[in-house]
Amino acid sequence: MNVELLTLSEVEEFSGNEGNFSVRIKKNPRYVDMDKCIACGLCMQKCPRKVDDEFNMGVGKRKAAYIKYGQSVPLKYAIDAEHCIYLTRGKCRACEKFCPTGAINFEDREKHLSIDVGAVILAPGFHPFDPSGFDFYGYGRITDVVTSLEYERMLSASGPCMGHLIRPSDHTEPKKIAWLQCVGSRSTNRCKNGYCSSVCCMYAIKQAVVTAEHLNEGIPQQTIFFMDIRSHGKDFERYYETAAAKGIRFVRARPHTILAGKNNMGVTMQYTAEDGRMHCEDFDLAVLSIGLEAPEDGPVLAAKFGIELNSYGFAQTTDFEPVRSTRPGIFVTGAFQAPKDIPQAVTEASTAACEAARALMPARGALTHEKTYPAEQDVTSQEPVIGVFVCSCGINIASVVDVDAVAQYARTLPHVGFVENNLFTCSADTQSLIAEKIREHHLNRVVIAACTPRTHEPLFQDTLREAGLNGFLVEMANIRNHNAWVHQALPEAATQKAKDQVRMAVARVAQNDPLRQLKVDVVQKALVIGGGVAGMNAALALADQGFDCVLLEKSDRLGGNARRLAATDRGQKVAPMLTRLIERTESHARIKVLKKAVLRSAVGSVGNFVSKIEVDGDTRAVTYGTAVVATGAAEYQPREYLYGQDERIMTHLQFDDQLAQNEAAVGRARSSVFIQCVGSREPQRPYCSRLCCTHSVKNALRLKTLNPEMNVYILYRDIRTYGEREDLYKSARDLGVIFIRYGLDSQPVVSRKGDDLFVEVFDPVAQLPLKLYADYLVLAAAVVPHDHQALVELFKCGVNADGFLNEAHPKLRPVDMSVDGLFVAGLCHYPKPMDESIAQARAAASRAGLILAKEEMQLDAIKSYVTENCDGCALCVDVCPYRAIKLEQEKIDGRSHIVTDPALCKGCGLCAATCPKEGVYVHGFTLPQLKAQVEALLAEATA
Amino acid sequence: MPEDFEPVIIGFLCNWCAYAGGDLAGVSRLQYPPNMRAVRVMCSGMVHPDIVVHALQKGADGALVMG
Repeated sequence: MNVELLTLSEVEEFSGNEGNFSVRIKKNPRYVDMDKCIACGLCMQKCPRKVDDEFNMGVGKRKAAYIKYGQSVPLKYAIDAEHCIYLTRGKCRACEKFCPTGAINFEDREKHLSIDVGAVILAPGFHPFDPSGFDFYGYGRITDVVTSLEYERMLSASGPCMGHLIRPSDHTEPKKIAWLQCVGSRSTNRCKNGYCSSVCCMYAIKQAVVTAEHLNEGIPQQTIFFMDIRSHGKDFERYYETAAAKGIRFVRARPHTILAGKNNMGVTMQYTAEDGRMHCEDFDLAVLSIGLEAPEDGPVLAAKFGIELNSYGFAQTTDFEPVRSTRPGIFVTGAFQAPKDIPQAVTEASTAACEAARALMPARGALTHEKTYPAEQDVTSQEPVIGVFVCSCGINIASVVDVDAVAQYARTLPHVGFVENNLFTCSADTQSLIAEKIREHHLNRVVIAACTPRTHEPLFQDTLREAGLNGFLVEMANIRNHNAWVHQALPEAATQKAKDQVRMAVARVAQNDPLRQLKVDVVQKALVIGGGVAGMNAALALADQGFDCVLLEKSDRLGGNARRLAATDRGQKVAPMLTRLIERTESHARIKVLKKAVLRSAVGSVGNFVSKIEVDGDTRAVTYGTAVVATGAAEYQPREYLYGQDERIMTHLQFDDQLAQNEAAVGRARSSVFIQCVGSREPQRPYCSRLCCTHSVKNALRLKTLNPEMNVYILYRDIRTYGEREDLYKSARDLGVIFIRYGLDSQPVVSRKGDDLFVEVFDPVAQLPLKLYADYLVLAAAVVPHDHQALVELFKCGVNADGFLNEAHPKLRPVDMSVDGLFVAGLCHYPKPMDESIAQARAAASRAGLILAKEEMQLDAIKSYVTENCDGCALCVDVCPYRAIKLEQEKIDGRSHIVTDPALCKGCGLCAATCPKEGVYVHGFTLPQLKAQVEALLAEATA
Repeated sequence: MPEDFEPVIIGFLCNWCAYAGGDLAGVSRLQYPPNMRAVRVMCSGMVHPDIVVHALQKGADGALVMG
């Protein structure tokens, strides 16, 4: 209700200042009336014009009347004016003739509108690199060379091959497939994309893994040609390891020549392996792992909005303000800011929302709408009187299902008091009609036999509420998606099935009770746990939005790990930023900082938590509505490489301290050696610590700048300077830093001879053992999580196999924790550089702010509840994934029983399925309700 | 079993995946036999074993729990 979608629109003019912008928008014609279109797809079926389907990368065809893909939002068709026969040649109008709702409007013209806004978020996405014209890839010339996006569509079950993998040349299943990494990324030779696209390693591994599922016969052989595998995301390294264990072949090489196979089928590739040997190998199909480029119209957009772009065309931001553009009030997010994966993009979308909310804080709530409804009538004592509305959906349902027969049949069912067939049950006028019939016939239950409740139930629930009935007294029978559309050639069977579906819905709705959406009062205050950069950013973002915060820090000062960091990845000095951050946090009227503070207890649920916090020996109680957990992480204390036995051997942070204090002395060194992955990517800690490669490369650059004569070696397994951090790696190589790769089976050996320190390593390129002298040996020690056991027990939240706090969903809800009302940010979630920590902290604040913005919050009505059958056997307690069930100590009539916490319950019903006595049900899905449906079906059904 | 035997199958479909898949099959016009009748549930985990047994006792030829 408070989001207006303007599709097919572009910004024409932009002016004003932060807090008061004016935007002029051109809305291009859709030629389809969005209010009338029911997305039945008839226009598409009848449209005679076929064009290349850009969503399927041209692999398939679409029509000129089309939707981009099945899950489009809004799900409304559009006419492509460039290809429509009528709009280009003045004849046809087939879609108009067949559209059952009269939604086609060829008179549609472009419209111009002006809106005033206080803040702007730019999220135009990225442009996939186009390998056409790069002769050595053979793309466009060799039939069986495809891009990774084309391959993605070829694999997709809803794609042009229906998920059955075939190669383009002869339409046979490819068995031997090669992926070529870094196509259009990390490449300054033939294109200008010096950066790493950050996502291609993982998508290539994923594609290689899932390929096996899309072949009907034989065992595929997947080979990935790469420079460095960059699986630096949370749980990504495990995925990579598993893929390798499954037999996917990883070859460290960049094939230099790709030729067409015999009869232009398959490809022949030549490459040089790491040891210098030449290879020639045939593949059935080659996939180019194309990178992410800044959007093509980025410069136009940037000029219109007056923001700056960086040298690669991505929006210019800073490490401390990761989504703020160079113009106040304009924020950027997604791949327009930098190439990034989905979890990062979704996180930073919330970061941008946070920044916009901060900017709009004085005007919050000024333009939001809320709907009001008439008082609800009590139907609990009434016999069910059911109204059945059977939808024809134009001809979508009616052309297969005999809707009149279904309506006639519905009249014979028990409790049914009114039946009607509508052309479009979802249309606005039918909503008024349903409300009218409810009143006229005193209906107290409604069945809508139409499409899917997943999209339309909220609409009909709303109609019931407007008519004074509880919204949960409606039930839908899905006779379109689950029937007419999938049994098009079987009208009789479909009609019979529709009758069964209506009978089941009627039986069920008769059992429906009004349900209440539980409202809970919200304590409009947040608790932030952890006073590092992430915690302080979360607290400030909340406080700037007008919410009170308690910031809890276990040590005696704020700052966390950042106190020991010199500069960010883009070279911004940390210390001055940190000083300002601490000052702002400590002086903010809405933030209460508690140092030397430990969380001792936590009870309650979203909106209402109470904790005991011990502050320097004293215990106090704090109430809060949400919490952001930002407890940080620690640097691994190495046990390997003689660490602790020689003061020249240091971890990252120790070396940073050394550089800060004795820069001149460090600069006099003749030789410095860095060893990567110390404690990371090893069997006991099989994750990548994400930030160490960039950290070492930055320090190596600093050493080379201090003393260009110094020999600087970085011993690594894969260099993971993802994104624009790749520039640092390239600079380091240009300045003469020597990178030597080692494998897990040939780790470097550190030794002392007299006073001298040596590192021995086997160079796989020279194929020679090397012995390096080291004045300094810097160990890129892992980032290790703190012990979260206490926190996990207090909040019932979870950690992953490596001990980092878990998000509710890595892509869809990357800063929410599985416990409602809890959010996560910073290193405690996974190792990450400072810009990402700041972005995540503000994203967490944005999500927390959603809860805190209202005095009360509405919970879903589908929740478990205890029945009188419960005898407290407690079988359900352990199966509840949300820990929403407790065994009550006090007995009722001498019997034990459980209690459920509706604020924690998600309505999954594992409890109900576990209970042997029907002692616990889920509202709306009780065993009697489900049984009523089953029995109604089996009383008459014949398939 | 007679050749024209058409089983009555009851399907318990998770709202978030299997039922959504059924919807998408519709949007994609994927044709399949009309023998199944779906009961939408909020999680396949809420399907009590009793109701599956109950369905079979009442004459269902098969039960599908999808989630």
